This record gives sequence, structure tokens and C-alpha cells, in this order.
Amino acid sequence: MEVRKIMESMEYGPAPESRENADKWLDKFDRKLKIFIANEWRDSETYFDSIEPGTGKVLTQIAAASDKDVEDAIQAAKGAQQSWADLGGHGRARYLYAIARQIQKHQRLFSVLESLDNGKPIRESRDIDIPLVARHFYHHAGWAQLMDEKLKDYQPLGVIGAIVPWNFPLLIFSWKVAPALAMGSTLAIKPAKLTSVTALLFAEICKNVGLPSGVINIVPGSGRTVGEYIVNHPDIAKVTFTGSTEVGKHIRKSIAGSGKKSTMELGGKSPYIVFEDADIDSAIEGLVDAIWFNQGQVCCAGSRLLIQENIAKDFIEMLKQRMSKLRVGNPLDKAIDIGAVVDKNQFNTIDHYVKIGEDEGGSKFQPTISCPDEGFYYPPTLFTDISPADTLAQEEIFGPILVSMTFRTPEEAVKLANNSRYGLAASIWTENLNLALDIAPKVKSGVIWVNSTNLFDAAAGFGGYKESGFGREGGIEGLYDFVKPK
Amino acid sequence: MLKTEQSKVDIPRNPGMPLELDYIKDIKVNRSAVERRAKTHPSRRSIKKQWQAAWLLKAITLIDLTTLAGDDTEERVKRLCRKAKQPVRKDLLEQFDLGDMRITTAAVCVYHNFVKTAVEELRGTGISIAAVSTGFPSGQISMENKIKQIKASVADGANEIDIVISRAKVLSADWHGLYEEISAFREACGEAHLKTILATGELGHFENVAKASMVAMMAGADFIKTSTGKESVNATLPVSLVMMRQIRAYYRMTGFKVGFKPARGIRSAKQTLAWLSLLKDELGDEWISPHLFRFGASSLLGDIERQLEHNLTGRYSASFRHAVS
Repeated sequence: MEVRKIMESMEYGPAPESRENADKWLDKFDRKLKIFIANEWRDSETYFDSIEPGTGKVLTQIAAASDKDVEDAIQAAKGAQQSWADLGGHGRARYLYAIARQIQKHQRLFSVLESLDNGKPIRESRDIDIPLVARHFYHHAGWAQLMDEKLKDYQPLGVIGAIVPWNFPLLIFSWKVAPALAMGSTLAIKPAKLTSVTALLFAEICKNVGLPSGVINIVPGSGRTVGEYIVNHPDIAKVTFTGSTEVGKHIRKSIAGSGKKSTMELGGKSPYIVFEDADIDSAIEGLVDAIWFNQGQVCCAGSRLLIQENIAKDFIEMLKQRMSKLRVGNPLDKAIDIGAVVDKNQFNTIDHYVKIGEDEGGSKFQPTISCPDEGFYYPPTLFTDISPADTLAQEEIFGPILVSMTFRTPEEAVKLANNSRYGLAASIWTENLNLALDIAPKVKSGVIWVNSTNLFDAAAGFGGYKESGFGREGGIEGLYDFVKPK
Repeated sequence: MLKTEQSKVDIPRNPGMPLELDYIKDIKVNRSAVERRAKTHPSRRSIKKQWQAAWLLKAITLIDLTTLAGDDTEERVKRLCRKAKQPVRKDLLEQFDLGDMRITTAAVCVYHNFVKTAVEELRGTGISIAAVSTGFPSGQISMENKIKQIKASVADGANEIDIVISRAKVLSADWHGLYEEISAFREACGEAHLKTILATGELGHFENVAKASMVAMMAGADFIKTSTGKESVNATLPVSLVMMRQIRAYYRMTGFKVGFKPARGIRSAKQTLAWLSLLKDELGDEWISPHLFRFGASSLLGDIERQLEHNLTGRYSASFRHAVS
């Protein structure tokens, strides 16, 4: 386009991050990524396609692990565990630090692969996901060094079975791997079938830093085969699962009575409470990070907006204006806010809920902004005229869909916020310190953010109440889920 | 842009409104949320290739090319005016296929003593002449003298007056006094446009910045401007965000668009892109115009020129390849 025309329109142009190195890395494996067991790449009889959500095309093929592969992975982890534990906290920390440094060194490659594989904007993988991954390994390297002192009455669990979701493929992977390694356990890990790529790059890094064979084993495949096998295996000491409440319940039933420990980080329908004395502009901007972060595919997404009745009208009007400035497009574009949802199924699920919302009498708003024709792009959506009895107020949608309701008093805000079978996170917006401190402990959520949202750190435990699961990941509170008393 | 096109744009002047103290007192600004937005914004908006060239050329048309130094002389101001008329090397413009487009800065900004020089030098160019006034930069002179200064600069031909407010009135929450002061300045300006410098670096916190912004607009400011360039902290992205949001609130309330001028502290081409994209996203495309937005800057232009040449050649040129002002 001509410079002269752009000077008139002052529009944004494309600003794509290069995918060259990511393509090269995939080509190195002939776009057939393999299973990683005992520091060896293992072939498979069957491969499945991994789709690039931004284009809908096949990104790479990935080897599907068979029962035998999973068995071998668990045995490799079992064989490696005692010597890994015997290495001591300081010995293990050296590997964790090395992994953290390698992640930083290859940060660009990790970010581009994550965005290609998952559809999330490169800004998020580059500025949030991957830096937090490195941070988790550094943080837990520190805990490994402190284990003898701070957790002297505890010992490693053994072999951990980790089942990772597709929304933050490498970040949640590291939430499970870093504390397990720090506390002297070894792992058999199943990445999400839709997003296994960065876990396999991680495996390559582990190999390169000389992590002892068998400490980390990655077995891609579906939940029904690989996931079931891990969960039901007698040599697994603990299952750490992040995913849907439905699957979480199923896993819990499977391991009941087996003596296995478990951590469940499940669904959410997190309230986002705005009081009349909040900084309204900032509260609206916060919503961008709450529900349009990662296309709304965030377990702790602030998806239930609760606004004090007397400011609701203005708030919604200003929110709609803000929504019209959001940019949806190619995940590798450095100037977009919302990328692609993970696959066609997820797109259909979101769309299905939106139709239910309309059928039940909700008012739908979608700004007139363009979405690419190819790939799975869902526009940011706001529902007003929603009440707690409506499906959209109760069900986790896992998409860029915000539902809004009003309240009259702080007591009613708490009542509405807690009127959910979930209890993962909540945001509270007010400039009144007393109000914030009064409300925060009354909202039954694992995480409460005051005048902010979706902030994560390796030192802060993350996890939920009620059907959002149990156990914590991150911080010292997270470590207790990865050890047992001596 | 072509000055003929520019003059066609008809944006009604903000007439001001009665001071609404209750509204002012209710203004809330959450500092950490503002800082977070300002910090992440530049990483959310990347402008490359010909888009970058176009945005940077546009940025030049939004500059108030400024000299406000004790050693200013007539010759120095003349040089500045010549640079304002011809801010980019002709061969660069031709390579962008803009050889026929007259690109100038929006205004030159000088002390009162040089208004006449600038008027003479810029006659017929459409470039505005802005004079700093009212005891710039500290504002510590009598009200009577402040009004005299404004009138003298207007009489000499300045069509924009950059006034400073009494910071004491903000710090003591004398909103009524501030309103009266700015209203009087506006009256003294007559047809000349009133740009109100808040000196945000001396107002203590964002809520004061927001409240002072709103009072200034209620009193009839045509522009609100961050700083004089003489405070220890001048234009930052967070403070600009706070002011832009007040401009938006005022527009929602009255339907009048007030301009914004960040001054001093924006030295690189890359920073201009951050400011313009924030302006576009917070206020909208219509604000990206010399009628509603200015960069107060002196050294910025040189970096933009180098960036433009880099855009064409892929290499950074030495600064001596671009004319100084």
C-alpha cells in the first residue's frame, strides 16, 4: 500500500514475526515429531496431525504413544527416580538452572512455535507464557536448593503422571515439571493432543543440558489412551491434571482408593466485580486482559462481569467502544490482540454457547471488526441482559465471551460472585481499600486480584475451590503437593 | 499534509462549560492499572515497513518544533522556521512518491520575543506560531502580567498560546481558582488557541493530573499539554494515557474534542509510534491530526528523518546527512 494512502487512513499494517526458525526446527524432524523416552526419540506406528489454528493447515505430525510406549516411559521414570533424588537439591538445581537458561536462550523459537501450535498472539507467548516458564524453572531451582532446609521432614513422591492442557501448553507443563524435578520426582508427561510441539522442543533442551536419562519422558497422544494408561498405572505416585472439570472428575474416580496423590486444576467462571468507585477506564482495560487474553481460553478468565447497577449503563457503553478497538488476526502478527481459538471443535463449542445465550434472551454485542477468513477466529463478544439463571452465567465457555450482570450492594456482589460451582479466581475493582479488603476474603476463590487481573508468578500459588479443583501450583504451597512426609 | 486540506477540517472549538466540582471530586485514577496499560501498550502495537514510514511522516506534521532557551536569537529562530517549512530532505520525500506533497511541521513554538520573527519567516506557509506565556515555565508572576503576556503575543501574531497553570492551585485543590485562571487566559487569547500546560511532573499524582485536565477543558482549553520541558519529569506514556482518557470523558460529556500535546521526553521515532497508536486506540483516528494532537519536541525530528532513510535504504544514516534546525 502506498505511503500517501496510509498517511490519510492511519491504519495499522501487518507486522508478522518471522516463522523461519520455527519451520526449520520442524523440518529438522521432517515434520514428524517423536515420542521422548529415556532421552531417546522413539518412532511410532501411528502419527496424528497437529493443526495450526491461525491457518487451519497441518503444522506437523506427531507420534502417538502406544500402551507399550507409555509403559516404557513410566518404567524409565521409575528407574531414574532414586538416583535423581539422591543427587540432592543442589545437584538437581544445576539442571533446573540450565533448563531455565536454555529456555531464555531459545525464547524466540519457543514463542513462535507456541503461537503457531496454539493460535495465541505472539505478544502473549513472547511476553507472558515463555518468560513465566523460565521464571518457574529459576524459582524452583531455588526451592531445590532449599529442600533440605525448608522441607527437611519430607521426601520425594516418586513417579509423577502429568496431564497438560492445550491453552498454555508449555506454561502449565512447567508448572508441573519444575516443582516435580525440584522435589526429586521424575515424570511421564502427556501434553495436550492439540498442542504437543513446545513440550518436544523442551525435551530436546533437556537432552542438550544432559538431564539424566528417564527423568523426563514425554508421551503424546489422546487422553483416552495415553492419559488413561498413566492415570491407572500402579507405579504412578501422583497425577497432576489441568483441564476440564468433567475429565478431572473421571480421573478422580479412576484413582480413588489407589493411594495416588492428585492435583486438579479445573474449570472456572471467574467473577470480575466493578464497584461504583472504581477507575472505570482501567477496569475496562482490565477486561481486555481478563477475557480476551488467550482468546478467553483461560481457566481463570474473568468471564462473569458484575457491575454496580448505577454505573452499568455508562460502563457497558464504554466497554463496547473499547471492544471496537480490539484487533483479531494472525497469531504471529505483533500488533493483534486476539488470535485464533485452538481448533474447529472449540470454535463450534463457543458458537454453540453464543446461540444458547441468544435463545435464552441475552443481548449479544460483537464489534464490527474484521477476522481472517481462514483459521479459527472468534470475535470478542459481550452478552448483556444475562441473569444468574441463564446457561451463559453458569457454564464455562472457554472462549472470548463475556457475560455481564449487575448488583446493588457489596453483599449482593459477593452473593452473585459465589453463586457458581466454580471458585478459581476473582477480580475486584474499587478505589476504596476498606471495601476491597472486606470483599476479597468473602469471595470463595483460589486467587483474588484487586484492581488487576490475570497476574501470575512462580512464587504465588495458583489453584481453586469447589469444582475448580484442589491443590496449588507455584510457591511453597505448591511444593507440598509434590512431596510426602518422611 | 497539504495545508489546504488541513484548513478544510472544521473542528468546532471547545467553548468550555460551567465548572462541575462534584464531577471533578469523583475522578478516580488507579496508578498501577494505568502504568500496566502504558507499559504493555507499545508491545501490543508494532508498526512496520511502509506503514511505519507513513506514520512517521504523519508524526512530523504533528510536531510543534520548539526552541525555548536562554540563548535563543533571531537567527536561531529563523533557522528553526526554515526547518519547520522543510523538515524532510526532498530526495527522501521523492522516494516515498510524495514529492508533490508539502510536508511541514504543525507549528513552531518560541518565547514571546521571537513571535514577530517567526510570523515574518512563516508568512503564507500555514504553519502555526505558538508562544509560551503566563510566566513560562514556572508561572510565578502576577495574574495581571500573565494576561498582558498573552495579549502581547497575540498582538504580535501568535495564533497559539501555550500557558502554564498555577501548580499551587492544583496542589491545594483550589479547582475553582484554577478554573477562573484558565477561563481568564482563554478570554485573553481571543481567536488564538489556548494550550494549557499542566506541568504534570509537579502535580504529585495521576488523580491530580486527571482533575487538572478536566478543569482546564471545562474552562475552555483547546489543548491540554503535559509539561513545559523544564520540569524534572515531562511527558511519559502513563501520564499521557491519564490525560487522553480525560479528553475522552470530556468528549462523551460535551461532544467537543480537545487536543493533546505531550511535550519533552519524546526523542525517538519509535516513541512517536507508541504515542500515536495509544492515541488511535484510546481516542480514535480523528485525533491523529494537527488540530487535535501535537508533539512538543526539538530533537525528535532528527531521529525521525534517520528512521525514514533507514526505511528506504535499510541502513541508518549519520545525523549530519539531515539538516539541523
